[in-house]
Amino acid sequence: MVDVARDAVAAVFREEHGRLLAALVRRFGDLDLAEEAAAEAVAAAVAHWPVRGVPPNPGAWLMTTARRRAVDRLRRDQALATRLAVLRVEAERAEHAPPADLADAGGGVPDERLRLFFTCAHPALPAEDRLVLTLRCLAGLTTAEVARALLVPEATMAKRITRAKARIRTARIPFRVPGADELPQRLPGVLLVLYSIFTEGYGARRDDVADEAVRLAGILRRLLPEREVTGLLALMLLTHARRAARTGADGAPVLLDAQDRSRWDRAMIAEGAALVPEALAGPVGPYGVQAAIAALHAEAPTFADTDWTQIVALYDVLAAIDPSPVVAVNRAVAVAMRDGPTAGLVLFDRLSKEPRLRGYHPYLAARADLLARVGRFPEAAVAYRAALAAAGSEPERALVRGRLAELELESESGEAGTWT
Amino acid sequence: MKYMLLINAGAVDVEGGAVGCAPEDWMAYDKQVHDAGVFVSGESMADLVTAAVVRVADDGRRTVTDGPFAEAREVLGGFYVIDVPDLDVALEWAARCPGARGGGSVVVRPIADFGA
Repeated sequence: MVDVARDAVAAVFREEHGRLLAALVRRFGDLDLAEEAAAEAVAAAVAHWPVRGVPPNPGAWLMTTARRRAVDRLRRDQALATRLAVLRVEAERAEHAPPADLADAGGGVPDERLRLFFTCAHPALPAEDRLVLTLRCLAGLTTAEVARALLVPEATMAKRITRAKARIRTARIPFRVPGADELPQRLPGVLLVLYSIFTEGYGARRDDVADEAVRLAGILRRLLPEREVTGLLALMLLTHARRAARTGADGAPVLLDAQDRSRWDRAMIAEGAALVPEALAGPVGPYGVQAAIAALHAEAPTFADTDWTQIVALYDVLAAIDPSPVVAVNRAVAVAMRDGPTAGLVLFDRLSKEPRLRGYHPYLAARADLLARVGRFPEAAVAYRAALAAAGSEPERALVRGRLAELELESESGEAGTWT
Repeated sequence: MKYMLLINAGAVDVEGGAVGCAPEDWMAYDKQVHDAGVFVSGESMADLVTAAVVRVADDGRRTVTDGPFAEAREVLGGFYVIDVPDLDVALEWAARCPGARGGGSVVVRPIADFGA
């Protein structure tokens, strides 16, 4: 009974935390006070629910309790109350409209999380702090969980969170959604925070962290159904759907060309693919295009049978709206699949002087693969050794060593072309 | 909430003025800041190159040198202190400032309030 209630509290708190916190910050104008009140409400729930049962509307119960705790705190702390009153008056001056009173919300908790997304991802905050605050305030992770997610010691993380919150207070970073004219400049910052959380999890093979990013993108899309938000959610779903296939039994990474496609998460692919048309309706952004590329991979029966013509065309679009050396590398790989390895190598040679690709492992490894496929074995061996030196992890190194060993067998037997 | 807008010129012309700044743009901006009721104070430097730097060592010895402009890419041209509700409003005023264009920049810093 106690365990059931505790699990119910944990589940409700996880789902409701961002919403609860956002509503409290909106009401009281202070992140610290809001967090304190939210934590006290949860502690009260843990104490009462096992005895009295879980209330019919747990979110509203938590909100009412938290609000009472915050009001109690303000009664005790007049200096804080005065400071927040001034803040409130000034916030009204900025918005020309008073914040909605929660009593008018019909018992439910109004969803103010969109404001919190923009506060946590504010450009005046250091990039690292934006990830931390988003995980802490919107995903509802504890300090220890944020520390684990970003591989930082807990004490360091606690200091960082305190500092980030102090910065919001000192600079008075507002709790508001940017106006329509500002939105195009501010939204990419919010999306980048979510995508960074995702790649952090995906790169470290931490499914829980990637799951959090997908969940946050889903929340953001419900609150702000902009094309690029949809595109980002689709991209995450279509990428995350491959999670079971991208690591071998020995822990080594399995690249897209060698993945067992029967292990892809078809339900997640369907969810992601269904969003792509919406992400592409109108002027397209980088996340929408990347989602479209991921969808083509997802529906291809094999790597060779992928619609490479369309993928090259989409990389052309991506290179036009968001050019980067990494996009150029991916495009060169797609051209190699469409027109053969020789055509790909021409593009790779053109990229060889790009300083940002020096030591970029995927570039070096992909180029080595193409050299091996056209039978230029000595050059391929040199390229694989360069890729080996640039590999960032032991599994990556193991993969390259495997290719080098195959290459030696290949060149001994004197047969070129079996790689194609 | 008070913020200081530190206006840095991106390049200095031979007369020591900021490159590419039209006086009428500044007059229009200054009028906007006053009309909106957010102006607290503000000054502009006489020029961008005349400065002296004073340092006092631990032993009390004083050194005075001319401005450290040789290595600085941007030089302070002036400042405003404005009183606005929050950082986003301050950033909006900074973006409207002529000094933010043409290779210049405006640094926005919150001012300490010891009264509250």
